[in-house]
This record gives sequence, structure tokens and C-alpha cells, in this order.
Amino acid sequence: MADQIRVNSDPRAAVTGDSVKPIDLRKRPRIGEIIIQTMLYACGFISIFTTIGIVYVLGHESLAFFASDEVGLVEFFTNTVWQPQIGEFGILPLVNSTMMVTVIALIVAIPLGLAMAIYMAEYASERVRAFLKPVIELLAGIPTVVYGFFALTFVTPWLREIFGRDVVQIYNVMSAGLVVGILITPIIATLSEDALSAVPSGLRQASLGLGATKWETAIRVVVPAAFSGIVAASIVAMSRAIGETMVVALAAGASPQFTFNPFLPAETMTGHIARISGGDLSYQSIDYNSIFAIGLVLFFMTLILNIASRMIVRRFREVYE
Amino acid sequence: MAMKAIDPQYTADTKYALEVRNVDIYYSAFRAVKNCSFGMERNKITALIGPSGCGKSTVLRSLNRMNDLIAGARTEGEVLYRGQNLYDPDIDAVQVRRSIGMVFQKANPFPKSIYDNIAYGPRVNGWKGSKAEMDELVERALRGAALWDEVKDDLKKSGLAISGGQQQRLCIARALAVEPEVILMDEPCSALDPISTLKIEELMFELRQRYSIVIVTHNMQQAARASDNTVFFLMDKEDRAGQIVEYGPTEQIFQSPKDERTEQYISGRFG
Ligand SMILES: Nc1ncnc2c1ncn2[C@@H]1O[C@H](COP(=O)(O)OP(=O)(O)OP(=O)(O)O)[C@@H](O)[C@H]1O
Ligand SMILES: [Mg+2]
Repeated sequence: MADQIRVNSDPRAAVTGDSVKPIDLRKRPRIGEIIIQTMLYACGFISIFTTIGIVYVLGHESLAFFASDEVGLVEFFTNTVWQPQIGEFGILPLVNSTMMVTVIALIVAIPLGLAMAIYMAEYASERVRAFLKPVIELLAGIPTVVYGFFALTFVTPWLREIFGRDVVQIYNVMSAGLVVGILITPIIATLSEDALSAVPSGLRQASLGLGATKWETAIRVVVPAAFSGIVAASIVAMSRAIGETMVVALAAGASPQFTFNPFLPAETMTGHIARISGGDLSYQSIDYNSIFAIGLVLFFMTLILNIASRMIVRRFREVYE
Repeated sequence: MAMKAIDPQYTADTKYALEVRNVDIYYSAFRAVKNCSFGMERNKITALIGPSGCGKSTVLRSLNRMNDLIAGARTEGEVLYRGQNLYDPDIDAVQVRRSIGMVFQKANPFPKSIYDNIAYGPRVNGWKGSKAEMDELVERALRGAALWDEVKDDLKKSGLAISGGQQQRLCIARALAVEPEVILMDEPCSALDPISTLKIEELMFELRQRYSIVIVTHNMQQAARASDNTVFFLMDKEDRAGQIVEYGPTEQIFQSPKDERTEQYISGRFG
């Protein structure tokens, strides 16, 4: 090897009279390191391959769907009827219910989650926060099927009590949306809390030193300074709401309808995929292929949201140094 | 419980803008400062000096109740302002900070425009005037902090997008905009270059005509040239609590200190 270095003599040896052991500085192979590195590298690639695999399957089956002469791209995106039995494949009713659930969920979750985050970051004592944060995270760990039953057996009866049984159907978008909202609140709360806590305390002191109250400081200084983080949190929560399946499958009903009335049943994209793939459809049928096309649309919706959130974070990130 | 506002009718006949009487300050069980008594003269610059850890910042923060924000911090004794003890149970700390402003060691402009940085204080203090009046107030504050000429063309620029020295003057302007009576400064120049430092010192001399200033500094020359009165703190070796060794007119402290520890400190022999 060319880069061998051997240090044999130490100048101090002459002074102290000690004999100094030679130090070997040559490169040596570290087998363990190499194995670990390779494994980590492989793990990184697994996620990429999985994504590529998903896109491939979705794309392949969707292609078969669009290639059939029963449906065209334009019809798929503009038709407001989804009834595979009679050959109507318009995705709008499904997208519309997904968006309704998502909007209702966000209307619930953004104020609630942000309020929790502000309380934890600005008001709670260290002890309260140390207790509260794990509890909120635990909330995010409850199986969604439990939330689904909560919607069906608690929220829906309650809605029907308030608005009347003839107005609110047993299966309805509102109940599903509200519960999905509760489900994504912890996401907004914990991510926003991280963003708020990251705001330098110097800004709080500056504000309080000018005679602002705690609340004014939180709302006018800390929240705006953490704005990008809060938006990112909301977008993550939004993708979660769009993808949420179990709650909508249980509470929103199983009839793809194009309606803006949140008290009527409607089926979301995910709910529909779950129902159809759970049923006994034969492979290669057009119905079967159709759910891949829906899946592809879902995939792109969340992809766009992720990209948007990254862009927003980058664009609005404040540099404090 | 109704909070008592600070009496606006109070006409000062004492010579002190702020007076500290027998103050002890604790962080939980630890007494950081003990037996502190001194006055800060009206329209004068009072410098607090002393070695690191002797409690200068602690005392300064007690003057507008910023210590309230530190969990476990507690102040005993009296801080008198307009004839009232700021630590009376019915005094509202938020009100206190409106009259006694603060500039921090590290410039901390809000991530907002220069204009909004200045307007922030008045706005949270219930500003009712017109847009034109606010423009005027912003200009006055920026002029007061000798920053107007440098930023008048980009008031929309972020307060973080200017130099460190400009940021610190922006923070001073921001404090001026609420028209306080006293301004507390904790090592406002420690992160600045000599030219920015001189600018801020000149500024302090200007401001002294309208405000009373209390400044913490580590820089002996700065204390000597830029203050009227000096308070020298030292940590008691026994219980590690900071206390006042000596205080008086700056000239006297620097030229004929009464205590030999003061002399040693200002001549740089310990600290
Ligand atoms: N937030 C705090 N919690 C607990 N103890 C503190 C806190 N801040 C300061 N202290 C303690 O109080 C004492 C005085 O600190 P202080 O910051 O007032 O000193 P200082 O004179 O300003 O020092 P420096 O010149 O280094 O800024 C020190 O012993 C310090 O450890
Ligand atoms: Mg200090």
C-alpha cells in the first residue's frame, strides 16, 4: 500500500528517556462497518423500490382500465356518476366526498390541534407538557376501526338528535368528517407544537418586554414565526385525512353519490376501494381495474400535497441567525 | 382582582426614575442577589458592571419584572417606580413593561418587516391612531434610534435582513415606539463591531434627554465613557450571591474608588 505511514520515533523519547511504542497508522479493513453501511444503504433503497413498485402496479392496472373502450380519460374526470354496474365511471362523486370529509376534518382539526399546540408550547408547565404530549401521541395510535365505530355509534346518533332524523341519514359524510378530524388532530397538535417550540425564546421575551400579554405574544409573534411548520403540519394531516379509510368505510356509507349535503351518505375514494377490493370481483374485470385508477388519482393527490408542503416550508422558513 | 395601573398623575419629586430597596432575588432555593439597594437617576445612564455571574442581568430583569418569566424566580424587597413598589401584589407586570422597556443582549427583531417591528409595541398597547400617524410614529422611533436614514427606503424589508448593528438599533427603535420612561439594556453591544458600538453609545447620550437608561456592560471603557453612574457588583464567595460593592458617579468609581476590589476590577486585575 502506498499510504502506509509508520511512526517509529517520538521526539519526546529522547527527552524523557522512555522507550516509545511504535504507533501503527496504516489503514485497516473494518468489515463490520462495511456490512452495516451496505445494509443501511439497502434499507434506503427498499423504500424507493417499494414506491416504484406501487406506481408500477397502479399504472399498469389503470392503463388496462383506460385502454378498455368502456371509459375514456375525459369521461373519467368529468362524469358525475360512478356506477360500474351500468358502465358509468366518473370519479367526481368519489373525489367530492373525499374532499368533503377532508374539509370537515380540517375545519375541526386545525383550530383544535393548533389550540392544543399553543397550550402545550406556550402555557403548559414542563410537568403538564411531559404528561400531555405522550397522551396526545397515544391518541394517534388508536386503531382507526375504533374511531369508525365511535363515529357510527356515538357521533351519528348525536347528529341525528340535533338536526333531526329525517335530515341526517344513518350513514353520512358529516359524522365521518368530524371523526376523521378528531383522528388527525394529534398530528396537527404535535407537529405544530414542535414548530412553536422551535421559535427562539428571544422573540417571546422581546414581545413580552414591549408590554404584550402572553396571548398576544403567542398569536402575533410565535404563531406567525412558526407559520411554515404549522402549514406543513396541516398538509400532512390533510393527506392523512384523504387517505383515511376505515372511518369513512364504516360511517359514510357505501353509495357513490355526487352531493354537497354532508348529512347524506356518500362514498369516498378510499371507502370505495376498500369495499370493492373486499368483495368478490374477478380479476381483470373492468370494475376491478377501476379501483387502481382511483388509487392512482389518490396517489397523485397526496404526492402533490407533499410537494406543496415541502415548497411552503422552504419558502417561508425564517432564518433566525 | 383588578390590577392597579401605574398612577399617571404621579409627579416625581425624587431624583430617581427607579429605586431598588433591599432586594434579594432567588432562583428556586438559590439566592442569586442579596441586599441590593441603589437608585437610578432620572435622565441619566446607570451602568451595572461586575464579573460574570454576579447577578447583573438578574437585577436588570427585576426592574421590569422580566424575571417573572423564569420558573422559580422570586424577588424580595422593593423596586420603586413612580412611588409604587413594582412587586406589590396588585401591580400588573404587563403594564410595568409598557413603561419600562428592555433591549436584549442578542438583537431579536421579529421575523416581520422593519415597519411592523416598530408598530408592534403600539399595536399591542391598544393603538387607535390612523395609518398616517403610525407612519409618523415609526419614523420618529427609527430616527430616535439613528436608523431612519439607513432603512427609510425599505421599511418593508424583513427586520432580519439587516446587519447585526442595525438589528440592535431596530430593537432600540422598537422599544422607543412604546414611549417608555426607562429603558433597560443588557449588554446591547456585546455582539457588535466597534463602529456599531460607538453608534449605540452616541445614541444613548441622545436618548438620555428623554429617557432614563440602565445598561449592563462587560466593557469597562464603555461604562467609563458612556455612563453617568456606575454600580459595581461582586459575588460573595461564601454563598455565591451577588451584591453591590460600591456605587456612585462613574467618574468617582473609575478614578477614586472607595473599595479596593472595585479598583482591582476596573483595572482588570480580576473578573
Ligand atoms: N434562569 C436562571 N435559572 C437559575 N439560575 C440562574 C438563571 N439565570 C441566572 N442564574 C444564576 O444567577 C446568577 C447570576 O446570573 P446573571 O445572569 O444575573 O449574571 P450576570 O452578572 O448577568 O452574568 P454575565 O455577565 O455572565 O451575563 C448566576 O449564578 C446564574 O447561574
Ligand atoms: Mg448577564
